[in-house]
Amino acid sequence: MNIKHGLLALTLLAATAAGGNAVAQPIKVGELNSYKLFPAFLEPYKKGWQLALEEINAGGGINGRKLEVVSRDDGGNPGAAVRVAEELIARDKVSMLMGEFASHIGLAVSNLAKQRKMVFVAAEPLTDKLVWEDGNRYTFRLRPSTYMQVAMLVPEAVKLHKKRWAIVYPNYEYGQSAAASFKKLMAAAQPGIEIVAEQAPPLGKIDAGAVVQALSDAKPDAIFSSLFAADLQKFVREGNIRGLFKGRAVFNLLGGEPEYLEPLRDETPEGWWVTGYPWRQIKTPEHEKFLAAYEKRWRDHPRLGSVVGYATMYSVANALKKAGSTDSNALIAALEGLEMQTPFGPIVYRAVDHQSTMGAYVGQLAKKSGEGVMVNWHFADGASYLPSPAEAKLLRRQ
Amino acid sequence: MTASAILIQFLNGLSGASSLFLVAAGLSIVFGVTRIVNFAHGSFFMLGLYVAYSLIDRFGHGAAGFWGGVALAAVAVALLGALVEVLLLRRIYAAPELLQLLATFALVLVIQDFTLWAWGPEDLLGPRAPGLSGAVNIAGHQFPQYDLFLIVLGPTVLLALNFLLKRTRWGTLVRAATEDREMAGALGVNQKWLFTTVFALGALLAGAGGAFQIPREPASLYLDLSVIADAFVVVVVGGLGSIPGAFLAALLIAEIKAFCIGIGDVTIADSVISLPKFTLVVEFVVMAVVLVLRPWGLLGRRLTPPRRVGAVERPLALPSRRAVYALAACGAALALLPTLATGYSLILLTDIFVFALFAVSLHFIMGPGGMPSFGHAAYFGLGAYGAGLLLHRGGLPMELALLLGPLVAGVGALAFGWFCVRLSGVYFAMLTLAFAQITWSIAFQWDSMTGGSNGVIGVWPAPWLASRTSYYFLALVTSAGGITLLWRMFYSPFGYALRAGRDSPLRADAIGIDVRRQQWAAFVIAGLFAGVAGALYVFSKGSISPDSLAVPRSIDGLVMVLLGGVQTLTGPVWGAALFTWLQDAAARNVEYWRAVIGLVIIALVLAFPQGLAGFLRDRFAGERHAP
Repeated sequence: MNIKHGLLALTLLAATAAGGNAVAQPIKVGELNSYKLFPAFLEPYKKGWQLALEEINAGGGINGRKLEVVSRDDGGNPGAAVRVAEELIARDKVSMLMGEFASHIGLAVSNLAKQRKMVFVAAEPLTDKLVWEDGNRYTFRLRPSTYMQVAMLVPEAVKLHKKRWAIVYPNYEYGQSAAASFKKLMAAAQPGIEIVAEQAPPLGKIDAGAVVQALSDAKPDAIFSSLFAADLQKFVREGNIRGLFKGRAVFNLLGGEPEYLEPLRDETPEGWWVTGYPWRQIKTPEHEKFLAAYEKRWRDHPRLGSVVGYATMYSVANALKKAGSTDSNALIAALEGLEMQTPFGPIVYRAVDHQSTMGAYVGQLAKKSGEGVMVNWHFADGASYLPSPAEAKLLRRQ
Repeated sequence: MTASAILIQFLNGLSGASSLFLVAAGLSIVFGVTRIVNFAHGSFFMLGLYVAYSLIDRFGHGAAGFWGGVALAAVAVALLGALVEVLLLRRIYAAPELLQLLATFALVLVIQDFTLWAWGPEDLLGPRAPGLSGAVNIAGHQFPQYDLFLIVLGPTVLLALNFLLKRTRWGTLVRAATEDREMAGALGVNQKWLFTTVFALGALLAGAGGAFQIPREPASLYLDLSVIADAFVVVVVGGLGSIPGAFLAALLIAEIKAFCIGIGDVTIADSVISLPKFTLVVEFVVMAVVLVLRPWGLLGRRLTPPRRVGAVERPLALPSRRAVYALAACGAALALLPTLATGYSLILLTDIFVFALFAVSLHFIMGPGGMPSFGHAAYFGLGAYGAGLLLHRGGLPMELALLLGPLVAGVGALAFGWFCVRLSGVYFAMLTLAFAQITWSIAFQWDSMTGGSNGVIGVWPAPWLASRTSYYFLALVTSAGGITLLWRMFYSPFGYALRAGRDSPLRADAIGIDVRRQQWAAFVIAGLFAGVAGALYVFSKGSISPDSLAVPRSIDGLVMVLLGGVQTLTGPVWGAALFTWLQDAAARNVEYWRAVIGLVIIALVLAFPQGLAGFLRDRFAGERHAP
């Protein structure tokens, strides 16, 4: 250490002793996620929040204090995730929790957050229960839920006036509630529709040939699917070979997310309606700024996970700034009604159910030089697809 | 279903059966001869798919590139298999049974992280097979050409393997070794070489099984574990070591699956039953039914119990006075700990207490009982769900729920145990696995009761137990009490009778011990205590989901027991502590933490094949107990 540095350190020490304590201490935020279980989504997610963190600290941190993230793998199951969250709270003394991908793990962590009175900003878990049936005071969620994303596709489905529908979904809560929401919303918007087949293959283990055959035997006019990842790829390939999609409208929740669309390449089924993220074509200033920063930092293009990680980190930072303290009650007050900018445009964390109004892009799939892209898309603002505050209040248990 | 739909679903079943058979055939050969429970078989399958993807990508999507890539991938995986056998497994054939299970489990972890590191996180969908990329018209339906190719491939491999085993000298030696390893060795068969080739062949088939899936499914990181359970089921349903049996089993399972999907929803007496949802668990239901009706699988024969290859297990001696004092001192130290430490160490130790009780309860049937259960998590989970639901839906106070929850596990063990104790060895293990999976699927599907895949949240302890310190004491007292009771039983007349039944069922029977009844009782006791651990677990986490009774939890239990040492008294406790701590520490400090855990386990297996406690015993107390 040279003399200059030594002096600097001494000065800092003096400043700390003189009561400038709050200036020197970084604010710690605990981040946990199932990095090994869902790496396709979560590696871009991690890059997203890391980029945001660097930007925040380069911009002076939180009211002059540096922001620090303690990031941990949650072990991939709810029990281990709860232990990791406890560790972040007890050992690392974090001020807030953020993260999570899977619904059941997200719910378990949200449940712990309530018990330990610690604010938790859930990034990705899609289950409706997280903010409604099992919602609690300490939990907020960024991404549009299963219900919202289904609601974004339904208007397009109604326009086609198809009568006979087949449904296919992965057999766990996300798929089940997607199917249930679809049936409910369609029945209300277009009375008289018929569900002629329903297939619920186990997650990650679809028997694609048999499922495609069973759907095709039911002779539907249109298909609603909430498959993703490997299941979606197997389903698309078998369906293409067996001609299931010829002359049929297909809707696939999440199908346009780069994580799940890119592996399809020349197998991409054209004309499908999907929710997703057409990262190449979004020309809003907030997105172009994000895209440029992301590509510069990582030499790779963003996936949807990147946006989620980036916006989650900024939600946390903005809440801390607005609250001006790390007290849970102050943070809740700050997050309720928090308005902020994201790469997808402005969002608000609704006070009534703690759900953000982040939206998603709705469009159709197409092939462009051997790659799958979204065309014909528009942005669906989450605010328009959420139940009214009064309805949301009824949905929450307390 | 129309006639043409039935035909097409039948063909779908055939191609599914071929895929399943390709994976299972390799495992069947390895299992039959070396008796190694090779968990890494699914990893070999996954590697085959990834390597083939990369090779085809490099060679181009033409016919030569595609088929060359598939063939080379299989060969590469075979070489890896041979390497694993020579470097790792060969060193531990003499170790207690099931240790290979631990070693291959460690390999799974290492290969998982290696694959992620080498190929990245995104799914990789390969090209269609050149020349077989389209469909043919069968009865008015488009049926993929490649599926027709698979339908032919399965039986061809079956015939080739049959020829290899029945008509070649190598095959004769393999069959001899399957029947009687010792005798084959005594007759001068070079077993080392034979085992290496057998293992390489098994890996070759696994790799080929993966590579041939290129046109049908993407290379993804979940494949290893999703394939391995299917492969074990097929091998066991078919009968250990029987290749035609494996084919028959694959056919049975694949056809049932295809028709469940094809038939769709059925209405019986006004209630709709969704057969496609049944595919979640169908293979395990088939396995349970087959094993209950035919204890050695469809085409298997009664196993000749392998003559002891490893060291003879010495009887479990009473712990010395000094050891008892040391354990009591450990307990006292843990009881005093909260005065010194707070916060996270208490949370981690609470988890360790829970898992120690779980591991000791598994050890109770595995060690003295000689019944290795692959589905012990079922009772852990039943206890947890029992306690959680009694509180959540039954409205019982938490203290009562904690007390009564484990009874649910006991009742489950009573029912399942009755069937399980009729089998032995691997068949016993697989039947416990089948019941555990069936239990899991019920918890997963019965939404209105169990909360489905999300589970139930909001199950916290009563206010006086809610602080970390008081729950720590609750866990310590319950777990220490449970472990002491179980250990006490080891040395009760019941425990001795149990050990007699394990070591010599015939002699035990001759002196009037009802071996089966003893085993059944032991199974219920073990289930009950696993349930206690589960009930403790649920209130420490505040929530419960199907994960707590899924296969990984059962495997964790096995790993803990084996790490500590099966034929020791205190081993499982140390194994539980080490494994839980290791998971926590590795995940905190390293990105590729699964690989680190895997490598540590491999090092421990090679250094201490008798387990940690076994090593300590041999090191310090060897002379005193020497015969």
